[in-house]
Amino acid sequence: MQVELVSPERITFSGEADKVVVRTVGGGDIEFLPRHVPFIGVLQVSAATVFSGSDMQVFAIHQGFVQMSGDKVTILSDVSEAKEDIDVARAEAAKSNAESAISADAEDAEAAGALKRAEVRLGVASGALPGFGGGH
Amino acid sequence: MPGAKERELRRRIGSVQSTKKITRAMELIAATRVVKAMQRANEAKPYATQVTGVIENLAAGGARVSHPLLREAEDVKRVGIIAITSDRGLAGSYNAAVIKAAERQLDAARTAGADYSLILIGKKAIDYFSFRNYKIDAQYTGMSDTPTYENAREVAQKVVDMFEAGELDRVELAYTEFITMGTQKVTVRRYLPLETAEKMADAGGGSSTALAQFEFEPSPGGVLESLLPRYMESRLYSALLEAAASEHANRQRAMKAATDNAEDLIIKLSREMNQARQASITTEIMEIVSGAEALGGDDAQATIKTILENTEGTSA
Repeated sequence: MQVELVSPERITFSGEADKVVVRTVGGGDIEFLPRHVPFIGVLQVSAATVFSGSDMQVFAIHQGFVQMSGDKVTILSDVSEAKEDIDVARAEAAKSNAESAISADAEDAEAAGALKRAEVRLGVASGALPGFGGGH
Repeated sequence: MPGAKERELRRRIGSVQSTKKITRAMELIAATRVVKAMQRANEAKPYATQVTGVIENLAAGGARVSHPLLREAEDVKRVGIIAITSDRGLAGSYNAAVIKAAERQLDAARTAGADYSLILIGKKAIDYFSFRNYKIDAQYTGMSDTPTYENAREVAQKVVDMFEAGELDRVELAYTEFITMGTQKVTVRRYLPLETAEKMADAGGGSSTALAQFEFEPSPGGVLESLLPRYMESRLYSALLEAAASEHANRQRAMKAATDNAEDLIIKLSREMNQARQASITTEIMEIVSGAEALGGDDAQATIKTILENTEGTSA
């Protein structure tokens, strides 16, 4: 099946895949195989994994939508970064900034969001956790 | 020895020539930037199409929601006007046309008894409206040349916030639509309130596969709720990109015209200069000849001959 990752500024990824795993706001991972039922879901800040054969590509997704229709998975996201594109140093800096902001004000939603994004970025960059933040 | 008029003309030719060099360089720069801007606009299209596609599918899936962005005011008290212009001039009538369209909207709103609210992008619009003492509610510079999605988000957020807070009942967006390299058109589009999902879908041209019955997570309404702000951003982003491409195309045309004019001017001035030079040479010779003749004798004849031989080169 066809997979496309589309960000507002360009198409980040486009290709064939056997399986795609993303995480929706409901909190659960959802796995798309060919001929999945048509589906539209809202994604959380998380990682998306695209499997094709023995290959696996992980992308950091900063919210957005997934649409499965026909034989095509489209992931619309403000930011979708492949592992190679992630600036680890910047993500580390963002993470420590966010952490200090949270320690100053535990209710700081913006910092919490920034922390989550930085963690997902780092998780994807280190290649440690496809479907970062829990098993799938 | 050049005369005063000739010297003056030579100076002017020099200055026109350096102006021509500058306009020519600006033309070339604008030409490359137009290509880049068009490319960016094309790269942004899939996202806009897909977002519209999702809305179509939502409409087909029967999402009926009342979202604040869909609120249609019965009595429009305040009209928001977004105008996208450039920070820099020398782009022909590009800015003037958008400003005029925005001002027409403003006048129409006032005639209808509504208040107005200006959201201006680009230094040119800001200069124009602040000079005329209009009140400006939000202004942005530094984004019209190469707009990023971040820019679009910033502006869209502000407008959406104002709309949701009930400060605005209707928002119009004035910008320059990029049709082709040769054609750009100033357009005013309704930005808010949004049409219903069905209408958006009809107008959309997105990639609908409407026959399928979709499953939604969390719910059709929930999806639409987080989709609509994105849709607003995406619309503003494509307007910004088109405006940027139009700006560069307009500048290229304006600079090409300026270069051509400079060329014409140089030709005209060179002719005038040559005439002036010829005239001054003729006068000089006349003076010498008459001076020599006044002295009389064979010596005079010989002197005239020598002078004519010597000046042959220059008076030719």
